[in-house]
Amino acid sequence: MSAPDLLEGTVAASEEALWRIRLRLAWRGFRKGWSSFVANRIGLVGLTIITLYGLMALAHPILMHTVWDPKIYDPVVGYDAPVTTKVIVPDGEVVDIATQVDLFSARLINPMLKVGETLDVTEQPAAPSRTHLLGTDPLGRDVLSQLMYSTRAAFMLGIVAALVTVGIGTTVGSVSAFFGGIVDTLFMRLADLIILVPFLPILIVLSALFHFELLHLAILIGVLSGFGGTAIILKSQALSVSVKPFIDAARVAGGGRMHLIFRHIIPNVLPLSFLYMMFSVTDAISSEATLSFLGLLNINMSWGIMIYTANSQGYLLSSASYWWLLLPAGLSVTLLAGSFYLVGRAMDEIINPRLRRR
Amino acid sequence: MLKYVGKRVAQSLIVFFVFLTATYFLLQAQPGDISDQFLSNPKLTQEVRDQYAERLGLTGTPLQQYIRYIKNFTTGNLGVSFSEYPRQVWDILKERVPRTVALFFFATLLSFLVGFKSGKVLAWRRGKRGENLITVVGVFFQTVFYPWFALIMIRTFSFNFKLFPGGKFLNVEKWIDKPDTFDANSVFGRMLATAAVLGLTLLVLEVVTRRMHNRVISQRIVWGGRILLVGIVVVWWMTVWSVMLPYALDIGDHLILPTITLALIGFGGTMLLTRASMLETLREDYILTARAKGLSSKTIRDKHAARNALLPVTTSLVISLAFLIGGGVITETVFSWPGMGQTLLSAALQEDVPLVIGSFTFIAVLALVAHIVVDVLYMYLDPRIRVGD
Repeated sequence: MSAPDLLEGTVAASEEALWRIRLRLAWRGFRKGWSSFVANRIGLVGLTIITLYGLMALAHPILMHTVWDPKIYDPVVGYDAPVTTKVIVPDGEVVDIATQVDLFSARLINPMLKVGETLDVTEQPAAPSRTHLLGTDPLGRDVLSQLMYSTRAAFMLGIVAALVTVGIGTTVGSVSAFFGGIVDTLFMRLADLIILVPFLPILIVLSALFHFELLHLAILIGVLSGFGGTAIILKSQALSVSVKPFIDAARVAGGGRMHLIFRHIIPNVLPLSFLYMMFSVTDAISSEATLSFLGLLNINMSWGIMIYTANSQGYLLSSASYWWLLLPAGLSVTLLAGSFYLVGRAMDEIINPRLRRR
Repeated sequence: MLKYVGKRVAQSLIVFFVFLTATYFLLQAQPGDISDQFLSNPKLTQEVRDQYAERLGLTGTPLQQYIRYIKNFTTGNLGVSFSEYPRQVWDILKERVPRTVALFFFATLLSFLVGFKSGKVLAWRRGKRGENLITVVGVFFQTVFYPWFALIMIRTFSFNFKLFPGGKFLNVEKWIDKPDTFDANSVFGRMLATAAVLGLTLLVLEVVTRRMHNRVISQRIVWGGRILLVGIVVVWWMTVWSVMLPYALDIGDHLILPTITLALIGFGGTMLLTRASMLETLREDYILTARAKGLSSKTIRDKHAARNALLPVTTSLVISLAFLIGGGVITETVFSWPGMGQTLLSAALQEDVPLVIGSFTFIAVLALVAHIVVDVLYMYLDPRIRVGD
């Protein structure tokens, strides 16, 4: 139970300011939740990963302004092709791409070359080195910089989508639980319709036919999941809240409908909404990556676009020797989406006491 | 029972109609249409433009167009595809729907069975070593970035180990010398028919022998029946359809890797959910009773706990179906599997509106049918909500 409803009876008796009591109770609740959250190691792992990515997102603009030269390290228009000296070996005998080049490719540059001579090559997907810790992509851009820049976009997208989802889901759920009748039927049938239709095909069709940017996508994902599955789950929670005695008490005390919904029902539904926020972030991040991978979004850089670039330039099947093109981006999507999911699951065990270990 | 199914079907029809309308107007609202590409050519005179617009069904107000579309839809005429111009949308769908249904069906079945079994064992071993690891693996499959995962699967199994082909529906080199009496679609149709007949007969066998009292005899009948049926299928393909057998095997070879990939994506969610649901069930008093009676732990796990834990898992199957269909679109795209998902994507990219509506509605039909099946299954599993009977 959150702070406001515990307080209903005690306000008059208390001498302390109301906001201080609320703050203290909230702090106590937070500490209790935190201790059981820490006890669950999986949630902590998720939180650590999220923090690491958060630091990466914050570090990027700082690095761009101090250490990294924007001409080289800009994630979208930067360019750098390190020159390496390679030894020419007979065709088909290349063992190490980093130091050897076959005769055929060398003669494309200079037909007079022979086996055993050296050649200065400017490399575009350059291997990781001291200047480019994760190498460069097929267009000569720094992969680490792209990765960090995209992290910010992923967080922005996830947070906007989650806020929209929870805003809509909580309001729709509470309103339809409180009013029932025709309002309830209307919203719930709408939710049925939305969960029925697969999420990804809708996004594919819409983003192929309309011009989508990151913010539009975030809002769309939020609206779809807010009116869909989240509304149904939050409505059932709101229903179980709305039959509690304190709601009747508030009504007898003369509370209006809006007061009841916004001051009593919604605060009690919020913990669960917060949980669904986490899952919504997961959905948003992986949908964005998938859509960018298919080349459907109007975004200049994201993790999905990094994979799309590597794939469309034909580096898929040589991904063992060019691991830095596919692995960092793919792993980042998986890790960040997965860690929000892990945090959500850990919170689920706190909010839903039936799941707790005995 | 029948009444309930009838009611569900009627409801689904209404939902489908609403969906079709919403899709139609959504696509109408997009900026520009195919007529811009045809009609902006300065060499075309006004008359020719009008003729084009007339022939492509672009004349009249949106409402009139909608009414015309619905009229045609009810007679099975979904219009002409713009991107594959003279072909009817319906013909394209007829060719590709079975491929998607096969992929989706096998993957769902596989992921559900494996996910349920492993979730069951996972909950039973709670607190033992490796539990966190398996949970993390489950979450990994649940949240992994599919295209990347599919690419890794292709790389590992078809490029490194060379076990399966890396995509496409069939290997053209093997089909060059094919006799003219059949084509790929008819071979695939026969494969699906075989799978359907085999599956249904096995199901009937299972249900019939469940009713028998003697466990030993019923087990023998089940195993004998299974071996006999598989034998009949093998012999049938070796003799009656022997000409098609190598070609069927080729298609089957191409089907395996996408199915496994899609099943892995879906399996994590089912496993985690089964675990959570089993953990709740294990606290019930009847589990304690069963323990007190001295039943073996395998019996308690499989007969008492798992059967009750199955209910919430089945409910969530409804939600995960849409998830799997979405994953199927990606799987088809990455594996170049020519099904509905790939058709939808390429049609959407080329602004081929009739084909987009056609394939989109068929994905919705797939979801609707799957929902009805799951609802009926749920009713069969939970006696409390059996209606009427």
